[in-house]
Amino acid sequence: MSASGHAAAAPRRPFAPSWGFRLGMLALVAYTAYAVPQLGLSWERLAVGFGEAGRFLARMVPPNFTRWELLVEGLVESLQIAVLASAIGIALSLPLGVLAARNLAPWWINAPVRGVIAICRSLHYVIVAILFVKAIGFGALAGVAALVVASVGFIAKLFAEALEEISMKPVEAVRAAGAGTMAVLIYAVLPQVASRFVGFCLYQLDSNLRNSTLVGIVGAGGIGGTLFAAFKRFDYDFVSAILIAIIAMIFLAELVSGRVRAALR
Amino acid sequence: MAAPPLEIRGLVKEYVPGTPVLRGIDLAVGAEGITAVIGPSGTGKSTLLRCINRLVEPTRGEIRLRGEDLTRLRGKALRLARRRIGMVFQEYNLVERLSVMENLLCGRLGYVPLWRAWLRRYPAEDIEHGFALLEAVGLPDYATRRADALSGGQRQRVGIARALMQRPELLLADEPTSSLDPKTAVEVLELLARLTEEAGVPVVLNIHNVELAKRFARRIVGMSEGTIVFDGPPEALETAHLRAIYGGEDWL
Repeated sequence: MSASGHAAAAPRRPFAPSWGFRLGMLALVAYTAYAVPQLGLSWERLAVGFGEAGRFLARMVPPNFTRWELLVEGLVESLQIAVLASAIGIALSLPLGVLAARNLAPWWINAPVRGVIAICRSLHYVIVAILFVKAIGFGALAGVAALVVASVGFIAKLFAEALEEISMKPVEAVRAAGAGTMAVLIYAVLPQVASRFVGFCLYQLDSNLRNSTLVGIVGAGGIGGTLFAAFKRFDYDFVSAILIAIIAMIFLAELVSGRVRAALR
Repeated sequence: MAAPPLEIRGLVKEYVPGTPVLRGIDLAVGAEGITAVIGPSGTGKSTLLRCINRLVEPTRGEIRLRGEDLTRLRGKALRLARRRIGMVFQEYNLVERLSVMENLLCGRLGYVPLWRAWLRRYPAEDIEHGFALLEAVGLPDYATRRADALSGGQRQRVGIARALMQRPELLLADEPTSSLDPKTAVEVLELLARLTEEAGVPVVLNIHNVELAKRFARRIVGMSEGTIVFDGPPEALETAHLRAIYGGEDWL
């Protein structure tokens, strides 16, 4: 009897259809079709663009390394900006992250600190770099300051989030043994997040290396300034030399930080 | 006569005002042996223990450790009192990323200055005590192992050693065997009973297993709905009492 009952019923569906998703995809396709002519994108424009790109690329080869002193000087300055900004940013992020964690600091401390971190994150680092150039003048100092702000925004936020996920059980046990606040932090809290913190720092060092090549464009020191000058003088062969050097440096950095991360695991 | 190690008077705890979890506990614990607290889940056994070392703030009442009222202590005075009270937890509460020895030395954090703790430069006496305790709990070669590499029974042995590292005047054990298999549970309780007896430390033990409580404790305290409904030696604990503590009788 129950078998016939099943046969009569509609076939059961193992997966619920998601009409919201389907409608969303449809809307996306429709909007794309509407937006392309709005922006003047056409096959003709594309063909012109590709022609220009061909001429541009042709002038980039062969790369010109004759002014390599300028190149090395810029690269070294970028590297220094990145390392310095990472070091200062990490040193600031450690206490700020602890103060921003809702399970460790009372609300009247964690709320304003979270606000500071949110401000650090809200502006793009190039905008921050422009602000610092205007405020404290051209050069590497402005670049370092801008990347410190970016580093704090990233590391302190993720560190605070990692701290909020720790197990409170060891914390309870160490407090019960009569340990003071700092001892609880050192013994029960930091060991739980140390490896993640190092991971965040390495990632930010990578980012800072990349970003330090750009802050020069707005006058905040490093290889970016050299690159921008080469663009303006249409020295495209020198531009390609600079780009190759930057790519080599980033690859090298990825390689090193990958090794460090693997060693930490 | 000297003050008893632990004396609780009129202890009330309300997490939500008006609904007390503990409704006026009076309990004095003598200088030696295990006092087992039994009772159904949610009756306030854990809260009682945590009020003693102030992991939970008591609402009213007095808790005296050798005559000193713990409920009024603040800041440094509270830390100095806490280091005199060891605690063993149901889920061990070890710092998993630290080594076994570092976990033991957590028991000395109330005694050594911060810079020593930070640099791991503990007094030689503490280190020796640590090795002696590892020997005593049967883990002599585990000092440098990471705590998360241990089994449950081994972790609880480390938990007991950590509590004894404090050279406590009182030891609180909150369901120390509830996460362990029956055989390991007996072994761990035997260890706890032997080591605390050797050190002359009185123990307040929360435990679900009535048989184990009768076997290891020299005194049983039965709690129900935030009050003490039985207090006496294990031999005196009868079916009628268990009915009063846990309610019903089908399970007996």
